[in-house]
Amino acid sequence: MSISPDGIIWWQWGGLSLNATIVFTWLVMALLTLLSWLVTRRLSTGTKLSRWQNVLEVLVTGIRDQIHQVSRQEPGRYLPFVGTLFLFIATANLLNVVPGYLAPTGSLSTTTALAICVFVAVPLYGIACEGPLRYLRHYVKPTWLMLPFNVIGEVSRTIALAVRLYGNMMSGTVIVAILLSLTPYFFPLIMELLGLLTGMIQAYIFAVLAMVYIASATSAHQRTAQSGHSAVSSSD
Amino acid sequence: MDNVALIGMVSVITAGLTIGFGAMGPALAEGRAVAQALTAIAQQPYEAGAITRTLFVGLAMIESTAIYCFVVAMILIFANPFWDYVTAPAGG
Repeated sequence: MSISPDGIIWWQWGGLSLNATIVFTWLVMALLTLLSWLVTRRLSTGTKLSRWQNVLEVLVTGIRDQIHQVSRQEPGRYLPFVGTLFLFIATANLLNVVPGYLAPTGSLSTTTALAICVFVAVPLYGIACEGPLRYLRHYVKPTWLMLPFNVIGEVSRTIALAVRLYGNMMSGTVIVAILLSLTPYFFPLIMELLGLLTGMIQAYIFAVLAMVYIASATSAHQRTAQSGHSAVSSSD
Repeated sequence: MDNVALIGMVSVITAGLTIGFGAMGPALAEGRAVAQALTAIAQQPYEAGAITRTLFVGLAMIESTAIYCFVVAMILIFANPFWDYVTAPAGG
C-alpha cells in the first residue's frame, strides 16, 4: 500500500515522469477553469439568472463574507488568492466520490506547494499594505530577542499547514483501505462519507488560516489607524 | 536477533505508541475546547456563527498534533527509511 499518489507513474519520457498527483491536479485545474469559463461567458445583470451563474454568485459572495468576517478588512484584495485556495482544495477533495480518482491533496508535494504559496503571499500582502520597513518591523515586535522565534514561527506554521492537509487527506485514504480488508462494504462507506466532510472542513480551514496569517501581517497598520481614530473620536 | 527483525519490531511497537500517546493529548484538548464552545453558545446563542468558526479553526490546530503523530506512525509502518536501508542490500 502506498501512502502517496506520487509513486504511481503513468507516463515517462527521459527525465520527465508524469505521476498521478500531477495528472489529477491538472484535471482539477481544467475542471475549475472550464466550468468558470462556461458560466461567465454569458453573464446577465437582469433579474433572470442562469442556474450556474446563481451558484457562482452564491460561492463568491459566501467567500467574500467569510473573508470579511475573519479579517475585518475589505475582501476585494484577498478574494482571488484565498478563494482560489478554497475552491481548488474543496474540488480536489470532493472529487473523491469519483471512482479511480486519487485526491492530489493526499500527496505531500501538492500541500507543500500550496503552503509555500501562502508563505510567499503573506509578506507580499504585508509589504503591499504597509511598505517593506513597517512590515519588517513586525519581526522585532516585542523586542529584538524575539526575532529568531518569529522567523521560526513563520517557517513552522507553513510546515504545519502542509502536513495538516496532507495528514487529513492521507488518513482518509489509508483508513478506508485498511477497513476494506477488514470489514468490506458498509464501514468503508461511512468512513468515505466522513472523509468527504473532513475534506470540506480542511479546505475551509486552509483558506481561513491563510487569511488569518495574511490579516496578521496587514492588520497592525489598520489597528493603529483605528486606535488613533477612536482616540480622536473619544477626545471629541 | 538480526537487524531486520529488530528494526521491524521496534518500528511497529513505536508506531503503536506514537499514535496512542499522540491521540491522548489532542482528545483531552478537543473535548475541553468543544465543552467551552458549547457553554459559550448556550450563553450567547446569537454569536453561534462566530464561535463555531473559531471552534473549527481551533480544533484543526489542536488536531494537527494528532495528525503529526499519525503521519509519523504511517511513515514508520509503510515508508520506513531504516527498514529500506536494511532490506535493500539483501534484496539486490
